[in-house]
Amino acid sequence: MSVRDDLAARIPGGDTGLILSILLIMYAAYVLVGVGLGYSLRGQFNTIAVLTFYIAVFAMLALALNLHWGYTGLFNIGIVGFMAIGIYVMAFVSKPLYQPGGAAQVGGLGLPIIVGMIAGTVAAALVGLVVALPALRLRADYLAIVTIAMSEIVRFSFLSGELQQFRLFGERVGFGGGSGLILDFTNPLEAFFGFFGLWDAYLGFVDSFQVLVPNNPKPVVDGLVYGVVLLVFVAAFYWLLKRTGESPFGRVLKAIREDEDVANSLGKNTNRFKIKAFMLGCALMGLAGILWLMTSGAVTPNFFRPRITFFVWIALIIGGAGSNTGSVLGGAVFAALLYQGPRYLKNLIDAALPNASAPSGFGPAIAPLVSNVDPTPLLLYTIDSIRQLQLVFMGLVLIWLMHNRPEGMLGHRKETAAGIPLTASQARDKTAETDGGTTGGEADE
Amino acid sequence: MSDVPSSAGGEIDTDEPDGAAGVPDADDAESGSLDLGAGGPDVGEPYPLEVENLRKSFGGITAVDDASFSVERGSLTGLIGPNGAGKSTTFNLITGMLQPDAGSVTFDGEEITGETPHAIANRGLVRTFQIARELQEMTVLENMMLAPKFQRGEALWRSVTPGFRDDVIEQESELLERVWAVLEFFEIDHIAEEYAGNLSGGQRKLLELARALLTDPDMLLLDEPFAGVNPSLERRLLDHIHELREQGYTFLLVEHDMDLIMENCERVIVLHQGQVLTEGSPDEIQANEEVIEAYLGGNV
Repeated sequence: MSVRDDLAARIPGGDTGLILSILLIMYAAYVLVGVGLGYSLRGQFNTIAVLTFYIAVFAMLALALNLHWGYTGLFNIGIVGFMAIGIYVMAFVSKPLYQPGGAAQVGGLGLPIIVGMIAGTVAAALVGLVVALPALRLRADYLAIVTIAMSEIVRFSFLSGELQQFRLFGERVGFGGGSGLILDFTNPLEAFFGFFGLWDAYLGFVDSFQVLVPNNPKPVVDGLVYGVVLLVFVAAFYWLLKRTGESPFGRVLKAIREDEDVANSLGKNTNRFKIKAFMLGCALMGLAGILWLMTSGAVTPNFFRPRITFFVWIALIIGGAGSNTGSVLGGAVFAALLYQGPRYLKNLIDAALPNASAPSGFGPAIAPLVSNVDPTPLLLYTIDSIRQLQLVFMGLVLIWLMHNRPEGMLGHRKETAAGIPLTASQARDKTAETDGGTTGGEADE
Repeated sequence: MSDVPSSAGGEIDTDEPDGAAGVPDADDAESGSLDLGAGGPDVGEPYPLEVENLRKSFGGITAVDDASFSVERGSLTGLIGPNGAGKSTTFNLITGMLQPDAGSVTFDGEEITGETPHAIANRGLVRTFQIARELQEMTVLENMMLAPKFQRGEALWRSVTPGFRDDVIEQESELLERVWAVLEFFEIDHIAEEYAGNLSGGQRKLLELARALLTDPDMLLLDEPFAGVNPSLERRLLDHIHELREQGYTFLLVEHDMDLIMENCERVIVLHQGQVLTEGSPDEIQANEEVIEAYLGGNV
């Protein structure tokens, strides 16, 4: 612990410095491996864009979960349900009105994207309220059961035929059912830059990229710019949650996590605090869901399986529950090493060894090892199955963490729940002052 | 800033609690009396706490059976009784952690039966727990800063909105001064930055009492505050309690140690099998045959 903390203390810039340096190291690793294996510049840019995207969404989700679990001790395992509510409500509000003959089977309300984003976020918060009201009266594990049930109910609702399409104000609207919902609203980036009248300037910026990426640079640049936008959202989440934590409100949340009866017997209406914290976290999860999916072209209900919830939990546990900085780090490390890392590795190896074909099953993979002590087929087979093995890696990392560092990277750190620093240096100031006081003087500053 | 009576050193009323219940303020000349900067206890009804015909059963067992008693303002009243007499249940009924089946609890002339624990605490009736329940993963300072009532920053919007947050910060520094004053009074300021979970058993008891005091209560219910506390620390805790009582705080104390109760309390209420067996001064209680019988099972 001390070595890591010392290291953290020596990095300039405090928490921000720590986050930036770890991000830098991971980006450098990705780029260096890419260069080493002769990736094209376009491929490099794409890699960075995708990496940034996942770092940002997992950081946002881990931050929101940290408010629930790290601060308040609310065991929410329905994260993905709130994400689904967010993006589906956003799509419902922002999709254009139904046009017969268009690609989309159903239309939306045709409102601007920003209205849809707000509606989706608010809807996630309201669903959070509905879930919280009955469940918060019960003990922690019951909230867990209710939340995971809620997330599955949400998924099955969006799968159901009843909600697939219906009429609202005479318009044909709906959630698309199992075949998915086409997100045929304006490209969010275009809407964003267009709002400031900068869309042409942006297109000019894209053209200038032709120096680096000769043909059709737009998708590459879009990806990179969207990644940057997401990082700005991460910064906003971090700012909001840091303020929430470093306040009397955050102090009550921490007290609820430690011992709710105590907080109650000190006059805090803990149910109100829990509901507020839960709704805020749910709203942020809804917003994260919107940001994750609104550029993806389409959503299907089966994307929102509980595994994403558990990915977010792994990210938070790696980073350290209770620490906002740790949540961002955990999200970044999870995305770079556990989520994107194995896939990237597989792509690289495929690119480096284009002729190697992996055996079709475990039998052919293991046979040469037994007969000729030739491990190559097994290795190729392993790399080919890396997507399946990813979950095994995650499990191993979790087990290792639980044994060796259960508090995560930064979990045991003091992130004081107060609007002002509560430190011993003040103690010394105060002692001096009161020493003066007892001898008769009034040391007013 | 100036409306805060400047914390500890400020107004020390110099009438040391000498004599009174034999308080030797030996080891510390510094921690005189305490000004919480919040007005201290209210003065109102002569009997702030009145319990009438309180009853609570769990399944077939009647833990509290028609108990009635009252506590005099500014007194240190002991609540004793053999194991299973219903002391803790009575505490839980008074503070709203359990709902009574029948009867009423009146605090400061208003009925508080069935109110939630936080509402009762906000009325100025605050309890501590039998096993010290410090908030382990929070520092001593965080524990203390939690306690003051109705802090501005407890509203989420005010804590995060730029501009309004300045008010919150301002109040935080005012509170911190009060907190230091109380920490110094209880002589636990040297461990202010420590996680509460790292404190010794006695320090936890001190922290709990100090924290309860910061809610600006009128009356404190202490559930076995001396259990597991070494004799010298017990002395210190008692000194603090006597001092606070002199300032007008009312105490109701559950304790097993008969000697301690008899030496320190002005009034003693004896519970037996959920009922008030008797109440009176320590001398009266000690001479009471029924009490002796209840404690010793009638073998005397």
